[in-house]
Amino acid sequence: MTITQISVFLENKAGRLWEAAEALKNAGINIRALSLADTSDFGVLRLIVDRPDEAFDALRQKGFSTARTEVLAVEVPDRPGGLADLLRLLTGEKINVEYVYAFAGKKEGNAVVVLRVEEPGQTASVLQRSSSTILTADDIARL
Amino acid sequence: MMIWNREIEFLEPEKMRQLQLERIRGLLQYLAERSEFYRERLRSSGAGSAPEKLEDLQDLPFTRKTDLRDHYPFGLFCVPLREVVEIHASSGTTGNPTVVGYTRGDIKLWSEVMARALAIAGAEAGDVVQNAYGYGLFTGGLGIHYGALELGASVVPISSGGTKRQIKLMHDFGATVLTCTPSYALFMAEEAREMGIDPRLSPVRIGILGAEPWSAALRREIEEAWDMTALDIYGLSEVIGPGVAQECPSKNGLHIFSDVFFPEVIDPATGRWVPEGEDGELVITTLTKEAIPLLRYRTGDIVSLKSGVCPCGRTLPRISKVKGRTDDMLIIRGINVFPSQIETVLLEVEGARPHYQLMVERVRGLDTLEVQVEVGEEIFSDEIKVLQNLNRRIKKEIESVLGLVVEVKLVEPKSIERSMGKSKRVIDRREK
Repeated sequence: MTITQISVFLENKAGRLWEAAEALKNAGINIRALSLADTSDFGVLRLIVDRPDEAFDALRQKGFSTARTEVLAVEVPDRPGGLADLLRLLTGEKINVEYVYAFAGKKEGNAVVVLRVEEPGQTASVLQRSSSTILTADDIARL
Repeated sequence: MMIWNREIEFLEPEKMRQLQLERIRGLLQYLAERSEFYRERLRSSGAGSAPEKLEDLQDLPFTRKTDLRDHYPFGLFCVPLREVVEIHASSGTTGNPTVVGYTRGDIKLWSEVMARALAIAGAEAGDVVQNAYGYGLFTGGLGIHYGALELGASVVPISSGGTKRQIKLMHDFGATVLTCTPSYALFMAEEAREMGIDPRLSPVRIGILGAEPWSAALRREIEEAWDMTALDIYGLSEVIGPGVAQECPSKNGLHIFSDVFFPEVIDPATGRWVPEGEDGELVITTLTKEAIPLLRYRTGDIVSLKSGVCPCGRTLPRISKVKGRTDDMLIIRGINVFPSQIETVLLEVEGARPHYQLMVERVRGLDTLEVQVEVGEEIFSDEIKVLQNLNRRIKKEIESVLGLVVEVKLVEPKSIERSMGKSKRVIDRREK
């Protein structure tokens, strides 16, 4: 039930984000969502793309340190409280969220929340029990 | 001007050579009687009978820093431990530090050569010596201390660091001699000005500065900042600590105390003497040390040697300022740093052969070391906190091995310049 997120190590140097984006462009990769976490010296770019394996190879070829991580993409209603409801559910189950970011879904009235948790499998079961919609790799590719 | 040991410092060269030869023979006898290590070393090198002339020393085997490490801790001691009254150690790699021991006689020798050094620089009984070299296992602090006591000066054992307090006490006690690393002398002057104290108005007239390389330009800057004469001191803990050689105010090289530390300058490739005045590696034989006498110790420091009478009248030979190293050792704030020490730490933390680069800079007179580590896929994580923990761990481990504060910066792979497929390990931006 997980999807593959690509993450990239970026030094805080002018032009590096652009170079990463350029590598994806040249490989014809479409970015669905991204988040950039940064510190004073470096940042980690996290990407949800239509074809993760190809994106991974394209970035590696350009010399970026790249990793694949399994994350959950969950649909939430695009209204006040949509995210809060989801997080309340996870907190109730004592599931610790490492990080989270979101993007507007293409399905009318829905947003997609990307969750990085320690145990994605267990988290997925919790979500399914509450009848949340978890997006698959195919769903992401078709967005 | 005070001269501590007129007889030795002004000895006729021929008489000095006789003294040295006698002492070398005495040393070989001493080593044969007391040192398992040297008995083996001399036998396996096939060295023959006692040298007839000083040149014959070239046929005797060298001693290297690795010999000290390999026989950690006391393998090179020639006396039982109960006769050793002081033990120092330098930072090691993750393996063994270099240990040196002193008998009462060695401490007396150290006091003697350091008193000579202070006097050569122009210090005398009655001077107030602000000793800002580190006290502790590092030999700098105590070496200067013993010399100042011997000379009859008033020594303030303030050690390094705590700059504001340092400047206050210096000002309040009326220090006339400052002993520290050159970079710290400059840093102190800047701090003093920030505190509203003009260092030029202080009674300090002499700076005895060493334990790291410094340029003529830095000397001018320090002299200007303090309105004092800044002179170079040379030493290394394996030989005794500070007090091996000292520059006099004529600034014509450093007088080496060759009656007790026999100097040779060799071609590091062939091991033979280079002609006088040419650059080579300084090799020192300790002629009268008791606890750890060293035969032909390879210092790794590149100098030239000249004889002849100095404008100050002394006949002691002079070595140049250290012009470089035969290995990749760096000296940062008086601390010896080998890139291999850092590599070993990274290897342990990362579990793989690391790509790294050392950036050495001088910021406001103080040396700084930044360790740049490439983040390869083995250590990359999508979680910031994992990377930050890695950064902290590397910093902590390196600092504990080196005894020096460092900055660690994670950088992208292949961002470190590689020449001929091998990355350039060290970028030293301090002016030479």
